[in-house]
Amino acid sequence: MADRALHVDFALNEAQEMLRQTTRKFLADRVPVEVVRRLAETVEGFDAKLWQAGAELGWHSLAIPEEYGGAGYTFSELSIVLEELGRALFPGPFLSTVVMAADAILATGTEEQRQAFLPGIATGEHTVGVALFEGPAGASSGDITMSAEASGGGWVLTGRKTNVIYGHTVDTLLVGAQTARGLSLFLVPADTPGVTRQPMPTLDATTKQAHVTFTEAQVGAGALLGREGAAGPVVDRMLRLAAVGLALDQVGGAQWCLETSLEQGKTRFQFGRAIGSFQAIKHRCADMLVAVEHARSTAYHAARVTQDEEELAIAAPLAKSVCSDAFVKTSGETIQILGGTGFTWENNAHLYFKRAKSSALMFGDARHQRRLLADALGL
Amino acid sequence: MTDTIKAERAEALVAERLEQLLDSYDPDGEPREFWARQYDLGLAWVQFPEGFGGLGVSPRYQSVVQRAIEKAGAPTWNRELNLLGIGMGAGVLAAHGTDEQKAKWLRPMFTTEDMWCQLFSEPGAGSDLANLSAKAVRDGDEWVVNGQKVWTTLAHIAKWGMIPVRTDPDVPKHAGITYFIVDMKAKGVEVRPLYQITGEAEFNEVFFTDVHIPDAYRIDEVGAGWRVSMTTLMNERVAIGSRALPRGGGSMEAAIKAWKDYSHSDPVARDELARLWAEWEALRLTTLRANQMRKAGTPGPEGSTGKLAWADLNKAITAFTVELMGWDGTLYPGGYVLHRPKEFESEGSPQRNFLRARANSIEGGTSEIMKNIVGERVLGLPGEPRVDKDLPWKEVPRG
Repeated sequence: MADRALHVDFALNEAQEMLRQTTRKFLADRVPVEVVRRLAETVEGFDAKLWQAGAELGWHSLAIPEEYGGAGYTFSELSIVLEELGRALFPGPFLSTVVMAADAILATGTEEQRQAFLPGIATGEHTVGVALFEGPAGASSGDITMSAEASGGGWVLTGRKTNVIYGHTVDTLLVGAQTARGLSLFLVPADTPGVTRQPMPTLDATTKQAHVTFTEAQVGAGALLGREGAAGPVVDRMLRLAAVGLALDQVGGAQWCLETSLEQGKTRFQFGRAIGSFQAIKHRCADMLVAVEHARSTAYHAARVTQDEEELAIAAPLAKSVCSDAFVKTSGETIQILGGTGFTWENNAHLYFKRAKSSALMFGDARHQRRLLADALGL
Repeated sequence: MTDTIKAERAEALVAERLEQLLDSYDPDGEPREFWARQYDLGLAWVQFPEGFGGLGVSPRYQSVVQRAIEKAGAPTWNRELNLLGIGMGAGVLAAHGTDEQKAKWLRPMFTTEDMWCQLFSEPGAGSDLANLSAKAVRDGDEWVVNGQKVWTTLAHIAKWGMIPVRTDPDVPKHAGITYFIVDMKAKGVEVRPLYQITGEAEFNEVFFTDVHIPDAYRIDEVGAGWRVSMTTLMNERVAIGSRALPRGGGSMEAAIKAWKDYSHSDPVARDELARLWAEWEALRLTTLRANQMRKAGTPGPEGSTGKLAWADLNKAITAFTVELMGWDGTLYPGGYVLHRPKEFESEGSPQRNFLRARANSIEGGTSEIMKNIVGERVLGLPGEPRVDKDLPWKEVPRG
């Protein structure tokens, strides 16, 4: 493991550079923080028009093959968008729809399922929520206990899923449940009778969640995604991709925090000096730069090895643990450097601080990721 | 000439000289003879002018030369052996030296016939190098030097030393410094080993008592010594910052070995081990990324944090390794023996490495100074007000 010499190319080509610029410009024009704040105050927390506009820019289709209506690029391109979305605090089920569900459907879906979902995800028509866990400790495929019973040629789902990101706004739920043969995945239309969705107030108001209850919810045979009882590795991969996606989101947010702290250091005067001239502030900023650049390296690395399962098992928890810690640290430091202003509702720093803590906890916190890392390294 | 044609010619020239060098390579010959020939063919520092060990082409061709020489199995270790000369002194001579000075010093430096050292730090001038007080007074065609330098690597072996000294105490500190090359074997130079907390003496204290230096050994103008010193330090930090580490290698390897050797399984310790491994890997990936960006011509802030990050991390990993050893960590194999190592001892017991790592955040610029540099030059934060900036050096309080 330690001697795996994997070459990864970090430099961006011209098209990728262009993608970054157009993405950043679109977000600055169409999703400024005022829009994010307005959506954060709603229960839905999601704007279908913005979602559609992002899809029209090609964000959703980047990593989907051309035969399913995608652009046929790779996770490297998608990673550029994910980082920019984090920087802009973009609200919406992008991670679950475009990163997690699209990959699982492409990898394990029948031709019919691929045709039914992937072109719609690419155009922005479909949104998918990932409903895996059933309580606060949920972090791995082994934590799923809800049951699905074969019935009348289809399946009946009963149980409760917690913390489904944008579970109340999506049109489809990707549900993990145990059948007689073991862990399986189901694509469940969100309006299926017996499915009730309870939006929950969230620590991070830019990322909404719902608890979802299934009361003898009946779905057809075609709802089963992949082989019955064989979903363990599929869920594990989805969780790794979620870790990489969140890591990139965190890098974008941490970069905003660094820049905001530097701006404050240059423009805020106390004792007759710009406060950034004090080593107490300057050294914090230098430490933040180290944290952000190290986080960036791990996230970019992970985004470039998503097709190498063995390396991804190391790179994903590495990135999520390093980037979570970096974003939590830099967003906390930013509030401190902004001082009293940083603690106000009006200032934007708290939006980043909340997204940092929330994203750090989602799909397994840094400690959980380090456990996965140690497992992967055989330690 | 367009850039493309220039590049094509440079490439052809380098290839032709390389062929000449490697065709005549004799595996049984003296390494010094090989290095002399490498110098004469302009392949020592390709970016230097012809006649001074170079070809006047882009420095990026040097990596082509190094790879070819390594591949041929020919010697390349002169760069490590005479690191302070070849890695730092040569750049200083190229940027600030006269043709006579280059002709005198570069060739024997490259062949390692003459070893070099760098005499910067003083007991009263560490982080504040410009406050140095070793002084030189002019005496006809010569200068007479008195004072003390400290933390000087290889001073006991070196033939030549790079030394900034105060030549005018009546002007502010940065303006009154002049830079010389001093003959370390000259009368009045006394080198004493300086033993560190490990018991090794990698460094020296050097005392100068009425040491005569010819004016011909002055580098650049009288009073230009600060600028020359900065060239020296820039070359040093480039050399340190771009080392690529292996995954899980270096001090991390010893930590993993201790984890296994002592059959640990405690989840708290395992979390710490994984955290250190992750930080080490993040540093490694950042170094790789920085090197790639530099090669692509788009260097960013990722290239400025390596030394800073490495220092803290290496201290943490080596300390953790000793913790994993339990009671064994309280022993010191071989005991403390005051001695002078033959060369840089990069390996040692975990206990020794734990102690040696304390210097990582001090040597080559303390982490505090590195953070000032990163904060001001990379992040653009304003500088600290300096009370001594405009005062004549002799009026600045010190102690």
